[in-house]
Amino acid sequence: MFAMDLSATVLCCTPSYAAYLGERMKELGYGPDDIPLKAGIFGAEAWSEEMRKDIEKTLGIKAFDIYGLTELSGPGVAFECSAQSGMHINEDHFIAEIIDPDTEEVLPEGSVGELVFTAVDKEAFPMIRYRTKDICKLTREKCSCGRTHIKMAKPMGRSDDMLIIRGVNVFPSQIETVLMNNGYAANYQIIVDRVNNTDTFDVQVEMTPEMFTDNIGEIEARQRKLSDDLKAMLGIKAKVSLLAPKSIARSEGKAVRVVDKRKI
Amino acid sequence: MSVKQISVFLENKPGALKKMTGVLAGHEIDMRALSMVETRDFGIARIIVDDPISAVNVLKEADFVSNLNSVLVVEIPDEPGGLDKLINIFADAEVNIEYMYAVSGHKSTKSACMIFRVADTKAAEARLVSKGLKILTQDDVMKI
Ligand SMILES: [Zn+2]
Repeated sequence: MFAMDLSATVLCCTPSYAAYLGERMKELGYGPDDIPLKAGIFGAEAWSEEMRKDIEKTLGIKAFDIYGLTELSGPGVAFECSAQSGMHINEDHFIAEIIDPDTEEVLPEGSVGELVFTAVDKEAFPMIRYRTKDICKLTREKCSCGRTHIKMAKPMGRSDDMLIIRGVNVFPSQIETVLMNNGYAANYQIIVDRVNNTDTFDVQVEMTPEMFTDNIGEIEARQRKLSDDLKAMLGIKAKVSLLAPKSIARSEGKAVRVVDKRKI
Repeated sequence: MSVKQISVFLENKPGALKKMTGVLAGHEIDMRALSMVETRDFGIARIIVDDPISAVNVLKEADFVSNLNSVLVVEIPDEPGGLDKLINIFADAEVNIEYMYAVSGHKSTKSACMIFRVADTKAAEARLVSKGLKILTQDDVMKI
């Protein structure tokens, strides 16, 4: 294990990868005392307090949450402190506000709404009241760590339909684009689940006359092409399965596009 | 003359085939031949029926995706070596077979039918006929 060879003391990755490392360690017969790691900084996807406790126990570390946005500075927008109760926003660089996503009005402190950032010292790529689409809450309270920077809670959801799968942002419209580019109707459903701490990503597509042929090898080739195109578009692999027409659940005539079974 | 075959997309799950046979039965469409091919997630049912156009329409109404294509149907004596002789004629005529399946014919004539899917049905048919092979028509198939 690299962490041992290099005597690494801090691990930075997605929480699901950290959980995976913990499991692998157990399988290989290593305990938390066998590795030099002291702390972990985990972000880019949603994770729960239970998952934090689990990672802390198996790796023998303190696990901290981190929040960032590629458009602002990447990681480094907000970090958890030793109190592990919300992330301090680096207010000397970013002004944070919570707005009502519908009216765009700024909401008072402690309200749940969409997080908006203004970058104070960014050059060449200014950001003024940039809407993150992340739904969350800001509180300015005296922290036990002594810092006075405003704290943000873990994002609770999105104001748009973006999904985060294996740490990658996925919009249902991207799947639609791939289907349309291949000349198929966009009758699809995304099913996301988490199995053994890893997100599973299934795209179910209803068969159309354009996709169908009497040649089973050709249909499989079209299925593979969709999978390859999705990988090229999203950067992560999806399992594409073909369903009978009209088999995707519809609610009030509209197909249900996303089924997220992950329990976080 | 080639015969019309309908290829129907089926999900590889319990009840998918039942739904298709139910639709055909409900419209009194008589199936003369059926062949299934499948992968882990889906399959294709290939059927020959008495009224292909109606069958395609009722299947479409019942939300099935299907297509109509042409196959060559040949009667062979139901005896040892029957298929071998037939395949030899295909080899002689240089006709590539994409896939094939069999239907047993009626008990009285002791014959069976072989159904062949080839790349270029018309050209293949001409070459096979020139080798002396009798290709069944849609009407012949209805009499089986
Ligand atoms: Zn603090």
